[in-house]
Amino acid sequence: MMKQFMLRVAFILFIIVVWQILFILNIWPEFLFPSPLMVANTLSDGFKDGTFIQAIGASFRRLLLGYLISIIFGTLLGILIASNKIIEEMIGPFILALQSIPSIVWLPLALLWFSLGETAIISVVVLGGTWNMVINSSTGIKNVQPILIRAAQTMGINKIQLFWKVILPASIPHLITGMRLSWAFSWRALMAGELIGSGDGLGQILMWGRDMGNMSLVISVILLIGSIGYLTDNFIFKKFEDKVLNRWGLDVK
Amino acid sequence: MAFLKIRNLSKHFIQQDKKELEVLKDINLEINNKEFVTLIGPSGCGKSTLLNILAGLITPDTGKVLLNNRIIPGPGKDRVMVFQEAALFPWLTVIENVMFGLKINNIDKNTAYEKALKQLKAVHLANFKDSLPHQLSGGMKQRVAIARALVMDPDILLMDEPFGALDEQTRLILQKELIDIWLDTQKTIIFVTHNIREAVKLSDRIVVLGTNPGYIIDEIKIDLPHPRERENPYLVKLENRILKLLQNQMNTVGVYDEAVYA
Ligand SMILES: Nc1ncnc2c1ncn2[C@@H]1O[C@H](COP(=O)(O)OP(=O)(O)OP(=O)(O)O)[C@@H](O)[C@H]1O
Ligand SMILES: [Mg+2]
Repeated sequence: MMKQFMLRVAFILFIIVVWQILFILNIWPEFLFPSPLMVANTLSDGFKDGTFIQAIGASFRRLLLGYLISIIFGTLLGILIASNKIIEEMIGPFILALQSIPSIVWLPLALLWFSLGETAIISVVVLGGTWNMVINSSTGIKNVQPILIRAAQTMGINKIQLFWKVILPASIPHLITGMRLSWAFSWRALMAGELIGSGDGLGQILMWGRDMGNMSLVISVILLIGSIGYLTDNFIFKKFEDKVLNRWGLDVK
Repeated sequence: MAFLKIRNLSKHFIQQDKKELEVLKDINLEINNKEFVTLIGPSGCGKSTLLNILAGLITPDTGKVLLNNRIIPGPGKDRVMVFQEAALFPWLTVIENVMFGLKINNIDKNTAYEKALKQLKAVHLANFKDSLPHQLSGGMKQRVAIARALVMDPDILLMDEPFGALDEQTRLILQKELIDIWLDTQKTIIFVTHNIREAVKLSDRIVVLGTNPGYIIDEIKIDLPHPRERENPYLVKLENRILKLLQNQMNTVGVYDEAVYA
Protein backbone atom coordinates (compact mmCIF):
# COMPACT_ATOMS: atom_id res chain seq x y z
CA MET A 1 0.00 0.00 0.00
CA MET A 2 2.66 2.45 1.17
CA LYS A 3 4.96 1.44 -1.66
CA GLN A 4 2.19 2.00 -4.20
CA PHE A 5 1.60 5.44 -2.75
CA MET A 6 5.29 6.36 -2.86
CA LEU A 7 5.54 5.23 -6.48
CA ARG A 8 2.66 7.46 -7.44
CA VAL A 9 4.08 10.45 -5.57
CA ALA A 10 7.41 9.86 -7.29
CA PHE A 11 5.66 9.85 -10.66
CA ILE A 12 3.88 13.13 -9.94
CA LEU A 13 7.15 14.73 -8.85
CA PHE A 14 8.77 13.51 -12.04
CA ILE A 15 6.01 15.07 -14.16
CA ILE A 16 6.34 18.37 -12.28
CA VAL A 17 10.10 18.42 -12.75
CA VAL A 18 9.82 17.75 -16.51
CA TRP A 19 7.10 20.36 -16.72
CA GLN A 20 9.27 22.90 -14.92
CA ILE A 21 12.25 22.15 -17.17
CA LEU A 22 10.10 22.62 -20.28
CA PHE A 23 8.88 25.90 -18.83
CA ILE A 24 12.44 27.12 -18.15
CA LEU A 25 13.51 26.17 -21.68
CA ASN A 26 10.90 28.71 -22.75
CA ILE A 27 9.80 26.84 -25.91
CA TRP A 28 6.24 28.16 -25.80
CA PRO A 29 5.03 31.58 -24.65
CA GLU A 30 4.11 31.79 -20.99
CA PHE A 31 0.40 32.43 -21.60
CA LEU A 32 0.17 29.13 -23.50
CA PHE A 33 2.43 27.12 -21.21
CA PRO A 34 2.30 28.24 -17.55
CA SER A 35 4.68 26.89 -14.92
CA PRO A 36 3.60 24.39 -12.24
CA LEU A 37 3.78 27.17 -9.67
CA MET A 38 1.43 29.41 -11.66
CA VAL A 39 -1.11 26.61 -11.88
CA ALA A 40 -0.71 25.89 -8.19
CA ASN A 41 -1.39 29.57 -7.45
CA THR A 42 -4.47 29.60 -9.64
CA LEU A 43 -5.72 26.50 -7.85
CA SER A 44 -5.22 27.90 -4.39
CA ASP A 45 -6.71 31.28 -5.38
CA GLY A 46 -9.69 29.53 -6.91
CA PHE A 47 -10.32 27.62 -3.69
CA LYS A 48 -9.69 30.67 -1.51
CA ASP A 49 -12.12 32.97 -3.28
CA GLY A 50 -14.68 30.18 -3.43
CA THR A 51 -15.04 29.97 -7.24
CA PHE A 52 -14.00 26.35 -7.42
CA ILE A 53 -16.05 25.26 -4.44
CA GLN A 54 -19.08 26.94 -5.94
CA ALA A 55 -18.40 25.42 -9.35
CA ILE A 56 -17.94 21.93 -7.92
CA GLY A 57 -21.15 22.38 -5.95
CA ALA A 58 -23.06 23.45 -9.05
CA SER A 59 -21.65 20.59 -11.10
CA PHE A 60 -22.43 18.01 -8.43
CA ARG A 61 -26.00 19.21 -8.08
CA ARG A 62 -26.60 18.55 -11.79
CA LEU A 63 -24.61 15.34 -11.68
CA LEU A 64 -26.46 13.84 -8.74
CA LEU A 65 -29.84 14.70 -10.15
CA GLY A 66 -29.04 13.33 -13.61
CA TYR A 67 -27.27 10.30 -12.18
CA LEU A 68 -30.11 9.42 -9.85
CA ILE A 69 -32.62 9.60 -12.68
CA SER A 70 -30.45 7.44 -14.93
CA ILE A 71 -29.87 4.82 -12.22
CA ILE A 72 -33.55 4.50 -11.38
CA PHE A 73 -34.80 4.63 -14.94
CA GLY A 74 -31.99 2.36 -16.17
CA THR A 75 -32.64 -0.26 -13.50
CA LEU A 76 -36.38 -0.29 -14.13
CA LEU A 77 -35.87 -0.64 -17.86
CA GLY A 78 -33.27 -3.38 -17.24
CA ILE A 79 -35.73 -5.32 -15.08
CA LEU A 80 -38.39 -4.99 -17.75
CA ILE A 81 -36.04 -6.26 -20.44
CA ALA A 82 -34.80 -9.16 -18.32
CA SER A 83 -38.28 -10.31 -17.43
CA ASN A 84 -39.88 -10.12 -20.85
CA LYS A 85 -38.43 -11.94 -23.83
CA ILE A 86 -40.46 -10.00 -26.38
CA ILE A 87 -39.47 -6.62 -24.99
CA GLU A 88 -35.87 -7.75 -24.91
CA GLU A 89 -35.92 -8.80 -28.54
CA MET A 90 -37.71 -5.60 -29.45
CA ILE A 91 -35.47 -3.04 -27.76
CA GLY A 92 -32.30 -4.90 -26.67
CA PRO A 93 -30.21 -4.01 -29.75
CA PHE A 94 -31.30 -0.37 -29.58
CA ILE A 95 -30.04 -0.09 -26.02
CA LEU A 96 -26.64 -1.31 -27.18
CA ALA A 97 -26.70 1.21 -30.02
CA LEU A 98 -27.66 4.03 -27.67
CA GLN A 99 -24.87 3.05 -25.26
CA SER A 100 -22.33 3.41 -28.07
CA ILE A 101 -23.31 7.05 -28.75
CA PRO A 102 -20.91 9.49 -27.03
CA SER A 103 -23.01 11.73 -24.81
CA ILE A 104 -21.76 14.95 -26.39
CA VAL A 105 -23.64 13.92 -29.51
CA TRP A 106 -26.89 14.48 -27.63
CA LEU A 107 -25.98 18.06 -26.84
CA PRO A 108 -27.24 19.79 -30.00
CA LEU A 109 -30.52 17.96 -29.60
CA ALA A 110 -30.82 18.86 -25.94
CA LEU A 111 -29.98 22.49 -26.65
CA LEU A 112 -32.64 22.73 -29.35
CA TRP A 113 -35.29 21.14 -27.18
CA PHE A 114 -34.52 22.69 -23.84
CA SER A 115 -32.40 25.73 -24.85
CA LEU A 116 -29.32 26.75 -22.92
CA GLY A 117 -30.37 25.74 -19.42
CA GLU A 118 -30.16 23.29 -16.60
CA THR A 119 -32.61 20.91 -18.23
CA ALA A 120 -30.44 20.56 -21.31
CA ILE A 121 -27.35 19.65 -19.29
CA ILE A 122 -29.16 17.30 -16.94
CA SER A 123 -30.83 15.50 -19.81
CA VAL A 124 -27.41 14.93 -21.38
CA VAL A 125 -26.21 13.50 -18.05
CA VAL A 126 -29.23 11.20 -17.94
CA LEU A 127 -28.62 10.03 -21.50
CA GLY A 128 -24.98 9.43 -20.62
CA GLY A 129 -25.66 7.21 -17.61
CA THR A 130 -28.87 5.35 -18.41
CA TRP A 131 -27.98 2.83 -21.11
CA ASN A 132 -25.10 1.28 -19.27
CA MET A 133 -27.36 0.83 -16.25
CA VAL A 134 -30.00 -0.88 -18.40
CA ILE A 135 -27.41 -3.30 -19.75
CA ASN A 136 -25.88 -4.10 -16.37
CA SER A 137 -29.14 -4.56 -14.50
CA SER A 138 -30.70 -6.78 -17.15
CA THR A 139 -27.52 -8.85 -17.36
CA GLY A 140 -27.50 -9.20 -13.58
CA ILE A 141 -31.08 -10.40 -13.47
CA LYS A 142 -30.71 -12.80 -16.38
CA ASN A 143 -27.62 -14.35 -14.81
CA VAL A 144 -29.18 -15.29 -11.49
CA GLN A 145 -28.37 -18.97 -10.97
CA PRO A 146 -31.49 -21.03 -11.73
CA ILE A 147 -30.65 -23.36 -8.84
CA LEU A 148 -31.09 -20.50 -6.35
CA ILE A 149 -34.53 -19.84 -7.78
CA ARG A 150 -35.45 -23.52 -7.58
CA ALA A 151 -34.14 -23.77 -4.02
CA ALA A 152 -36.35 -20.85 -3.02
CA GLN A 153 -39.34 -22.33 -4.86
CA THR A 154 -39.15 -25.62 -3.00
CA MET A 155 -39.40 -23.63 0.23
CA GLY A 156 -42.72 -22.25 -0.98
CA ILE A 157 -41.75 -18.76 -2.15
CA ASN A 158 -44.25 -16.68 -4.13
CA LYS A 159 -43.51 -14.61 -7.24
CA ILE A 160 -43.21 -11.25 -5.50
CA GLN A 161 -40.95 -12.60 -2.75
CA LEU A 162 -38.90 -14.39 -5.39
CA PHE A 163 -38.11 -11.07 -7.02
CA TRP A 164 -37.33 -9.11 -3.86
CA LYS A 165 -35.62 -11.83 -1.82
CA VAL A 166 -33.75 -13.81 -4.45
CA ILE A 167 -33.52 -12.25 -7.91
CA LEU A 168 -32.76 -8.71 -6.80
CA PRO A 169 -30.16 -9.54 -4.12
CA ALA A 170 -28.55 -12.12 -6.41
CA SER A 171 -28.03 -9.44 -9.06
CA ILE A 172 -26.64 -6.79 -6.73
CA PRO A 173 -23.01 -7.33 -7.81
CA HIS A 174 -24.01 -6.47 -11.39
CA LEU A 175 -26.10 -3.54 -10.21
CA ILE A 176 -23.18 -2.09 -8.24
CA THR A 177 -20.86 -2.42 -11.22
CA GLY A 178 -23.51 -0.74 -13.33
CA MET A 179 -23.84 2.11 -10.84
CA ARG A 180 -20.08 2.60 -10.80
CA LEU A 181 -19.76 2.71 -14.58
CA SER A 182 -22.82 4.92 -14.94
CA TRP A 183 -21.29 7.39 -12.51
CA ALA A 184 -18.23 7.65 -14.74
CA PHE A 185 -20.39 8.01 -17.85
CA SER A 186 -22.56 10.65 -16.19
CA TRP A 187 -19.52 12.60 -15.06
CA ARG A 188 -18.16 12.72 -18.60
CA ALA A 189 -21.54 13.63 -20.01
CA LEU A 190 -21.84 16.42 -17.46
CA MET A 191 -18.51 17.95 -18.47
CA ALA A 192 -19.46 17.76 -22.12
CA GLY A 193 -22.78 19.41 -21.33
CA GLU A 194 -21.29 22.16 -19.23
CA LEU A 195 -18.75 23.13 -21.87
CA ILE A 196 -21.51 24.40 -24.08
CA GLY A 197 -24.36 25.01 -21.72
CA SER A 198 -24.58 28.06 -19.49
CA GLY A 199 -24.24 28.39 -15.74
CA ASP A 200 -21.52 28.12 -13.17
CA GLY A 201 -20.19 24.54 -13.20
CA LEU A 202 -16.64 23.30 -13.61
CA GLY A 203 -17.05 22.84 -17.35
CA GLN A 204 -18.21 26.40 -17.71
CA ILE A 205 -15.22 27.73 -15.79
CA LEU A 206 -13.07 25.72 -18.15
CA MET A 207 -14.65 27.43 -21.16
CA TRP A 208 -14.40 30.77 -19.44
CA GLY A 209 -10.66 30.16 -18.96
CA ARG A 210 -10.37 29.50 -22.66
CA ASP A 211 -12.26 32.66 -23.56
CA MET A 212 -10.02 34.73 -21.27
CA GLY A 213 -6.90 33.02 -22.64
CA ASN A 214 -6.12 31.93 -19.07
CA MET A 215 -4.23 28.69 -19.61
CA SER A 216 -3.40 28.38 -15.94
CA LEU A 217 -7.11 28.27 -15.15
CA VAL A 218 -7.78 25.78 -17.92
CA ILE A 219 -5.13 23.40 -16.58
CA SER A 220 -6.36 23.85 -13.02
CA VAL A 221 -9.89 22.88 -13.97
CA ILE A 222 -8.69 19.89 -15.98
CA LEU A 223 -6.74 18.72 -12.92
CA LEU A 224 -9.83 19.18 -10.77
CA ILE A 225 -12.06 17.24 -13.14
CA GLY A 226 -9.61 14.37 -13.27
CA SER A 227 -9.08 14.29 -9.52
CA ILE A 228 -12.76 14.39 -8.67
CA GLY A 229 -13.48 11.60 -11.14
CA TYR A 230 -10.71 9.48 -9.70
CA LEU A 231 -11.47 10.17 -6.06
CA THR A 232 -15.19 9.43 -6.28
CA ASP A 233 -14.56 6.25 -8.22
CA ASN A 234 -11.76 5.00 -6.04
CA PHE A 235 -12.92 6.04 -2.60
CA ILE A 236 -16.66 5.67 -2.92
CA PHE A 237 -17.61 3.28 -5.69
CA LYS A 238 -14.61 0.99 -5.68
CA LYS A 239 -14.78 0.57 -1.89
CA PHE A 240 -18.47 -0.17 -2.07
CA GLU A 241 -18.05 -2.60 -4.93
CA ASP A 242 -15.22 -4.42 -3.14
CA LYS A 243 -17.39 -4.77 -0.05
CA VAL A 244 -20.25 -6.25 -2.03
CA LEU A 245 -18.06 -8.63 -4.03
CA ASN A 246 -16.44 -9.75 -0.80
CA ARG A 247 -19.77 -10.41 0.85
CA TRP A 248 -21.03 -12.30 -2.17
CA GLY A 249 -17.81 -14.34 -2.20
CA LEU A 250 -16.98 -13.11 -5.69
CA ASP A 251 -13.68 -11.36 -5.06
CA VAL A 252 -10.83 -13.15 -6.75
CA LYS A 253 -7.97 -13.21 -4.28
CA MET B 1 -51.86 -47.00 2.76
CA ALA B 2 -49.33 -45.27 0.59
CA PHE B 3 -48.63 -41.71 1.45
CA LEU B 4 -47.11 -40.56 -1.84
CA LYS B 5 -48.38 -42.15 -5.03
CA ILE B 6 -46.80 -41.77 -8.43
CA ARG B 7 -49.13 -42.90 -11.16
CA ASN B 8 -48.26 -43.55 -14.82
CA LEU B 9 -45.77 -40.74 -14.91
CA SER B 10 -44.10 -39.88 -18.23
CA LYS B 11 -41.92 -37.00 -19.23
CA HIS B 12 -40.03 -35.99 -22.36
CA PHE B 13 -37.74 -33.09 -23.14
CA ILE B 14 -37.03 -31.38 -26.43
CA GLN B 15 -33.30 -31.54 -27.01
CA GLN B 16 -31.12 -28.82 -28.48
CA ASP B 17 -31.39 -30.48 -31.90
CA LYS B 18 -35.22 -30.36 -31.62
CA LYS B 19 -35.41 -34.12 -31.16
CA GLU B 20 -37.67 -35.52 -28.50
CA LEU B 21 -36.00 -37.31 -25.63
CA GLU B 22 -38.20 -39.63 -23.63
CA VAL B 23 -36.81 -39.40 -20.10
CA LEU B 24 -39.37 -41.16 -17.93
CA LYS B 25 -41.85 -43.72 -19.14
CA ASP B 26 -44.85 -44.92 -17.21
CA ILE B 27 -43.40 -44.71 -13.72
CA ASN B 28 -45.55 -46.15 -10.94
CA LEU B 29 -44.31 -45.95 -7.40
CA GLU B 30 -45.81 -45.78 -3.95
CA ILE B 31 -43.95 -44.42 -0.99
CA ASN B 32 -45.01 -44.82 2.62
CA ASN B 33 -44.96 -42.26 5.34
CA LYS B 34 -41.61 -42.15 7.17
CA GLU B 35 -40.00 -44.35 4.57
CA PHE B 36 -36.43 -43.80 3.37
CA VAL B 37 -36.48 -44.57 -0.35
CA THR B 38 -33.43 -44.32 -2.59
CA LEU B 39 -33.48 -43.96 -6.36
CA ILE B 40 -30.44 -45.40 -8.07
CA GLY B 41 -29.72 -45.73 -11.76
CA PRO B 42 -27.35 -44.84 -14.57
CA SER B 43 -26.57 -41.22 -15.28
CA GLY B 44 -29.22 -39.59 -17.41
CA CYS B 45 -31.97 -42.07 -16.56
CA GLY B 46 -34.16 -39.31 -15.17
CA LYS B 47 -33.61 -39.45 -11.40
CA SER B 48 -33.30 -35.68 -11.04
CA THR B 49 -36.22 -35.19 -13.38
CA LEU B 50 -38.37 -37.50 -11.25
CA LEU B 51 -37.32 -35.70 -8.07
CA ASN B 52 -38.04 -32.32 -9.66
CA ILE B 53 -41.50 -33.54 -10.63
CA LEU B 54 -42.13 -34.66 -7.05
CA ALA B 55 -40.96 -31.23 -5.86
CA GLY B 56 -43.39 -29.63 -8.30
CA LEU B 57 -40.61 -27.78 -10.12
CA ILE B 58 -41.33 -29.64 -13.37
CA THR B 59 -44.74 -30.76 -14.63
CA PRO B 60 -45.03 -34.26 -16.10
CA ASP B 61 -46.49 -34.92 -19.57
CA THR B 62 -48.87 -37.56 -18.34
CA GLY B 63 -49.62 -39.19 -15.02
CA LYS B 64 -49.93 -37.65 -11.63
CA VAL B 65 -48.38 -37.36 -8.21
CA LEU B 66 -50.69 -37.73 -5.23
CA LEU B 67 -49.73 -36.72 -1.73
CA ASN B 68 -52.29 -37.92 0.83
CA ASN B 69 -54.57 -38.60 -2.13
CA ARG B 70 -54.35 -35.03 -3.36
CA ILE B 71 -52.62 -33.99 -6.55
CA ILE B 72 -49.59 -31.84 -5.75
CA PRO B 73 -50.25 -28.33 -7.01
CA GLY B 74 -46.67 -27.16 -7.70
CA PRO B 75 -43.72 -26.46 -5.45
CA GLY B 76 -44.61 -26.40 -1.77
CA LYS B 77 -42.96 -26.31 1.60
CA ASP B 78 -44.33 -29.77 2.43
CA ARG B 79 -41.74 -31.17 -0.05
CA VAL B 80 -38.39 -29.46 0.32
CA MET B 81 -35.50 -30.33 -1.94
CA VAL B 82 -31.77 -30.51 -1.20
CA PHE B 83 -29.60 -30.21 -4.30
CA GLN B 84 -26.23 -31.66 -5.18
CA GLU B 85 -24.71 -28.17 -5.14
CA ALA B 86 -25.76 -26.72 -1.80
CA ALA B 87 -27.48 -23.76 -3.56
CA LEU B 88 -27.09 -21.49 -0.55
CA PHE B 89 -27.82 -17.79 -0.97
CA PRO B 90 -24.34 -16.26 -1.06
CA TRP B 91 -25.39 -12.88 0.34
CA LEU B 92 -26.92 -14.37 3.50
CA THR B 93 -25.06 -15.69 6.51
CA VAL B 94 -25.42 -19.33 7.47
CA ILE B 95 -28.21 -18.68 9.95
CA GLU B 96 -29.98 -16.27 7.60
CA ASN B 97 -29.93 -18.99 4.97
CA VAL B 98 -31.57 -21.41 7.38
CA MET B 99 -34.12 -18.76 8.40
CA PHE B 100 -34.96 -17.92 4.78
CA GLY B 101 -37.73 -20.47 4.27
CA LEU B 102 -39.34 -19.64 7.60
CA LYS B 103 -39.34 -15.91 6.94
CA ILE B 104 -40.92 -16.17 3.50
CA ASN B 105 -43.63 -18.20 5.18
CA ASN B 106 -44.30 -15.32 7.58
CA ILE B 107 -42.83 -16.82 10.71
CA ASP B 108 -41.70 -14.01 12.98
CA LYS B 109 -38.03 -13.25 13.19
CA ASN B 110 -37.34 -14.40 16.75
CA THR B 111 -39.08 -17.73 16.33
CA ALA B 112 -37.32 -18.24 13.02
CA TYR B 113 -33.96 -17.46 14.62
CA GLU B 114 -34.53 -19.90 17.48
CA LYS B 115 -35.61 -22.69 15.15
CA ALA B 116 -32.73 -22.07 12.78
CA LEU B 117 -30.21 -22.10 15.61
CA LYS B 118 -31.61 -25.36 16.93
CA GLN B 119 -31.39 -26.90 13.48
CA LEU B 120 -27.83 -25.68 13.04
CA LYS B 121 -26.91 -27.32 16.33
CA ALA B 122 -28.37 -30.57 15.00
CA VAL B 123 -25.96 -30.45 12.06
CA HIS B 124 -23.09 -29.28 14.29
CA LEU B 125 -22.71 -25.87 12.73
CA ALA B 126 -23.95 -23.51 15.42
CA ASN B 127 -20.46 -22.02 15.73
CA PHE B 128 -20.55 -20.98 12.11
CA LYS B 129 -23.95 -19.32 12.20
CA ASP B 130 -22.57 -15.91 11.23
CA SER B 131 -20.21 -17.15 8.52
CA LEU B 132 -20.92 -16.58 4.86
CA PRO B 133 -21.40 -19.59 2.55
CA HIS B 134 -18.18 -18.97 0.64
CA GLN B 135 -16.26 -19.29 3.89
CA LEU B 136 -17.46 -22.89 4.39
CA SER B 137 -16.14 -26.20 3.08
CA GLY B 138 -18.26 -28.29 0.72
CA GLY B 139 -19.40 -30.61 3.51
CA MET B 140 -20.35 -27.69 5.73
CA LYS B 141 -22.33 -26.06 2.93
CA GLN B 142 -24.21 -29.29 2.39
CA ARG B 143 -25.01 -29.44 6.11
CA VAL B 144 -26.41 -25.92 5.95
CA ALA B 145 -28.52 -26.92 2.96
CA ILE B 146 -29.87 -29.88 4.90
CA ALA B 147 -30.58 -27.70 7.92
CA ARG B 148 -32.32 -25.17 5.67
CA ALA B 149 -34.59 -27.93 4.37
CA LEU B 150 -35.21 -29.62 7.73
CA VAL B 151 -36.11 -26.42 9.53
CA MET B 152 -39.16 -26.16 7.27
CA ASP B 153 -40.37 -29.37 8.89
CA PRO B 154 -41.51 -30.78 5.52
CA ASP B 155 -43.46 -33.99 5.20
CA ILE B 156 -41.04 -35.14 2.54
CA LEU B 157 -37.37 -34.42 2.11
CA LEU B 158 -36.19 -34.74 -1.47
CA MET B 159 -32.43 -35.17 -1.75
CA ASP B 160 -30.70 -35.16 -5.13
CA GLU B 161 -27.21 -36.61 -4.67
CA PRO B 162 -26.66 -34.40 -1.64
CA PHE B 163 -23.31 -36.00 -0.84
CA GLY B 164 -22.21 -36.53 -4.42
CA ALA B 165 -19.56 -33.82 -4.42
CA LEU B 166 -18.02 -34.75 -1.06
CA ASP B 167 -14.98 -36.78 -0.11
CA GLU B 168 -15.47 -40.25 1.39
CA GLN B 169 -14.80 -39.21 5.01
CA THR B 170 -17.23 -36.31 4.96
CA ARG B 171 -19.74 -38.46 3.14
CA LEU B 172 -19.63 -41.10 5.90
CA ILE B 173 -20.08 -38.51 8.62
CA LEU B 174 -23.01 -36.86 6.87
CA GLN B 175 -24.63 -40.24 6.17
CA LYS B 176 -24.57 -40.96 9.88
CA GLU B 177 -25.94 -37.51 10.70
CA LEU B 178 -28.71 -37.93 8.16
CA ILE B 179 -29.74 -41.30 9.59
CA ASP B 180 -29.74 -39.84 13.12
CA ILE B 181 -31.91 -36.97 11.98
CA TRP B 182 -34.20 -39.31 10.09
CA LEU B 183 -34.64 -41.65 13.10
CA ASP B 184 -35.22 -38.59 15.23
CA THR B 185 -37.70 -36.70 13.05
CA GLN B 186 -39.35 -39.61 11.21
CA LYS B 187 -39.45 -37.79 7.89
CA THR B 188 -40.15 -39.39 4.57
CA ILE B 189 -36.94 -39.15 2.58
CA ILE B 190 -36.55 -39.69 -1.14
CA PHE B 191 -32.87 -39.86 -1.86
CA VAL B 192 -30.93 -40.03 -5.12
CA THR B 193 -27.41 -41.43 -5.31
CA HIS B 194 -24.93 -43.06 -7.67
CA ASN B 195 -23.28 -44.81 -4.79
CA ILE B 196 -24.60 -48.35 -4.24
CA ARG B 197 -22.98 -48.68 -0.83
CA GLU B 198 -24.62 -45.45 0.28
CA ALA B 199 -27.97 -46.73 -0.95
CA VAL B 200 -27.85 -50.02 0.97
CA LYS B 201 -26.55 -48.32 4.08
CA LEU B 202 -29.32 -45.74 4.30
CA SER B 203 -32.49 -47.00 2.71
CA ASP B 204 -35.59 -48.92 3.68
CA ARG B 205 -36.13 -49.50 0.00
CA ILE B 206 -34.05 -49.07 -3.11
CA VAL B 207 -35.67 -48.35 -6.44
CA VAL B 208 -33.37 -49.37 -9.29
CA LEU B 209 -34.00 -47.43 -12.47
CA GLY B 210 -33.13 -48.35 -16.02
CA THR B 211 -32.57 -45.89 -18.77
CA ASN B 212 -33.65 -44.80 -22.23
CA PRO B 213 -36.34 -44.06 -21.23
CA GLY B 214 -36.20 -44.24 -17.43
CA TYR B 215 -38.28 -47.05 -15.96
CA ILE B 216 -38.26 -49.08 -12.75
CA ILE B 217 -36.23 -52.29 -13.07
CA ASP B 218 -36.58 -53.53 -9.54
CA GLU B 219 -37.38 -52.56 -5.98
CA ILE B 220 -35.36 -53.94 -3.10
CA LYS B 221 -36.55 -53.78 0.49
CA ILE B 222 -33.99 -53.71 3.29
CA ASP B 223 -35.28 -54.59 6.73
CA LEU B 224 -32.22 -53.92 8.86
CA PRO B 225 -31.96 -51.66 11.88
CA HIS B 226 -29.53 -48.73 12.05
CA PRO B 227 -26.63 -48.31 12.42
CA ARG B 228 -25.73 -50.75 9.68
CA GLU B 229 -22.29 -52.27 9.49
CA ARG B 230 -20.80 -51.85 6.05
CA GLU B 231 -19.33 -55.40 6.22
CA ASN B 232 -22.71 -56.97 6.95
CA PRO B 233 -22.77 -59.94 4.51
CA TYR B 234 -26.39 -59.37 3.66
CA LEU B 235 -25.67 -55.80 2.61
CA VAL B 236 -22.63 -56.88 0.62
CA LYS B 237 -24.82 -59.38 -1.20
CA LEU B 238 -27.38 -56.69 -1.92
CA GLU B 239 -24.67 -54.40 -3.20
CA ASN B 240 -23.58 -57.07 -5.65
CA ARG B 241 -27.13 -57.70 -6.76
CA ILE B 242 -27.71 -54.02 -7.49
CA LEU B 243 -24.36 -53.76 -9.21
CA LYS B 244 -25.38 -56.63 -11.51
CA LEU B 245 -28.70 -54.99 -12.32
CA LEU B 246 -26.95 -51.75 -13.19
CA GLN B 247 -24.25 -53.52 -15.17
CA ASN B 248 -26.87 -55.35 -17.22
CA GLN B 249 -28.45 -52.00 -17.80
CA MET B 250 -25.15 -50.56 -19.00
CA ASN B 251 -24.61 -53.54 -21.25
CA THR B 252 -28.00 -53.39 -22.87
CA VAL B 253 -27.60 -49.68 -23.37
CA GLY B 254 -24.12 -50.28 -24.78
CA VAL B 255 -25.36 -52.96 -27.18
CA TYR B 256 -28.26 -50.76 -28.15
CA ASP B 257 -25.91 -47.88 -28.88
CA GLU B 258 -23.64 -50.09 -30.96
CA ALA B 259 -26.58 -51.41 -32.93
CA VAL B 260 -27.72 -47.87 -33.61
CA TYR B 261 -24.35 -46.41 -34.49
CA ALA B 262 -22.82 -49.43 -36.31
N1 LIG C 1 -34.54 -29.11 -19.13
C1 LIG C 1 -34.11 -30.10 -19.92
N2 LIG C 1 -34.13 -29.96 -21.27
C2 LIG C 1 -33.71 -30.94 -22.08
N3 LIG C 1 -33.24 -32.11 -21.64
C3 LIG C 1 -33.20 -32.32 -20.32
C4 LIG C 1 -33.62 -31.33 -19.39
N4 LIG C 1 -33.45 -31.80 -18.13
C5 LIG C 1 -32.94 -33.04 -18.28
N5 LIG C 1 -32.79 -33.36 -19.59
C6 LIG C 1 -32.31 -34.63 -20.11
O1 LIG C 1 -33.05 -35.66 -19.51
C7 LIG C 1 -32.23 -36.76 -19.19
C8 LIG C 1 -32.40 -37.10 -17.73
O2 LIG C 1 -31.85 -36.07 -16.95
P1 LIG C 1 -31.75 -36.17 -15.38
O3 LIG C 1 -31.03 -34.97 -14.93
O4 LIG C 1 -33.08 -36.42 -14.81
O5 LIG C 1 -30.82 -37.46 -15.20
P2 LIG C 1 -30.23 -38.09 -13.86
O6 LIG C 1 -30.73 -39.48 -13.78
O7 LIG C 1 -30.49 -37.20 -12.72
O8 LIG C 1 -28.69 -38.12 -14.22
P3 LIG C 1 -27.45 -37.90 -13.23
O9 LIG C 1 -27.32 -39.15 -12.45
O10 LIG C 1 -26.31 -37.71 -14.17
O11 LIG C 1 -27.75 -36.71 -12.39
C9 LIG C 1 -30.84 -36.39 -19.59
O12 LIG C 1 -30.54 -36.99 -20.83
C10 LIG C 1 -30.87 -34.91 -19.73
O13 LIG C 1 -30.00 -34.49 -20.74
MG1 LIG D 1 -29.26 -35.94 -11.51
